[in-house]
Amino acid sequence: MWKRDEAVRPASGQSAAPQPTPPVTVGTPSPTPSASQKLESDIVNIGKSVVIKGELNGSEDLTIEGVVEGTIQLRDHVLTIGPNGRIQAQVFAKAVIVLGQVSGNIAATEKIDIRDNGSVDGDIVSPRVAIAEGAHFRGSVDMQRKGAQAPSASAQKPGAQPPQAQPPEPAVASGSAAAKPPAVAAQRVGA
Amino acid sequence: MGLLDRLISRRAESEPGPGSTPREEPVFATKALRKFVACLASRESPILLDLGTAVGSNVSFFGDHLGCKIFVENIYDDLERHIAGGTLDAFPDFLKTRFTRRVQSVDGILCWDLIDYLDRRSAIALSEQLSGLLRPEGALLGFFGTAPPRDRFYSKYVVVDALNMKHQAYPAARGRQTVLQNRDIIRLFPSLRVSDSFLLQNNLREILFRKPAWGG
Repeated sequence: MWKRDEAVRPASGQSAAPQPTPPVTVGTPSPTPSASQKLESDIVNIGKSVVIKGELNGSEDLTIEGVVEGTIQLRDHVLTIGPNGRIQAQVFAKAVIVLGQVSGNIAATEKIDIRDNGSVDGDIVSPRVAIAEGAHFRGSVDMQRKGAQAPSASAQKPGAQPPQAQPPEPAVASGSAAAKPPAVAAQRVGA
Repeated sequence: MGLLDRLISRRAESEPGPGSTPREEPVFATKALRKFVACLASRESPILLDLGTAVGSNVSFFGDHLGCKIFVENIYDDLERHIAGGTLDAFPDFLKTRFTRRVQSVDGILCWDLIDYLDRRSAIALSEQLSGLLRPEGALLGFFGTAPPRDRFYSKYVVVDALNMKHQAYPAARGRQTVLQNRDIIRLFPSLRVSDSFLLQNNLREILFRKPAWGG
């Protein structure tokens, strides 16, 4: 009465393991590549095991899952730092999406998006900034109305400190800060 | 289910457990934020120091709408780290060297309710630092509780607009230390003057300090 559908069951004595798929020939494009295949070819990935030290320039969108130390410049493109990405660099790009960890300053001409579990320790400059609920951020945010002015790579050396608007002065001294004379108080330095 | 069971279950639902996601509270009206914003808006490219967790909507509000440059210095995290490491005794000294910005370089400080979580020595150390960082005519916004310390959670304050806020509770290693009297709060900031003080319907005290034009 309650007959099982035997058609989907493997024959007795046979393994249920999947059949090996035919080998894929690498580097042989199909005669008519689909749109998704073309899209994939336009996105460059730096894999988990890759470590780059130095200057990284590009003119296409890039996803980093590995480690980069130095400088990254993608002036007109999107940089995505994947969940496994570890960046210790100054970053300049059109848009930056952070899902991994960044230690260094980020400047973007369009948007910086720190997603859930993304982490940024550094100063960020961008007209639009999004920080998700579970993201970590420590540093400063400068949302320039006119867009970020990305300095040239030669001006920024890897690991260099971010450009500060103010000249360095002594940090606040305990108990003495409040008693500064008016002459000092009158000094006003723009951001 | 009896009335008592229902009350207990309701209370359990409302209290955040360790590692739980932030619990969002309803929006509440704020009186002092509008004045704080007005103070910042009157300045060109104001510098804002936020002592709490980075909140995306706050960054948008102060950065995009007001054009502030925002420095996020999460002191709550520092406090948690010191509690976890058993180095709370060193926290006041840590606070004295915590801020690397120069004297009188900040237009506004969002202190939130941080001082409620500090012991007296730490609170004095922090208030001295903040008073020094503030520019003449700069503003400091602080929240202070009125209820006795009971729960162990921090509040993440989220600006909805200049008139409304909401806060999300998330677990803390220790709760508020004490309920400060108004006079004690004022004494913490001797170089600042109280510009406005409000008691909100949710029993939160909002106090807006301003630094005198002559620099305190």
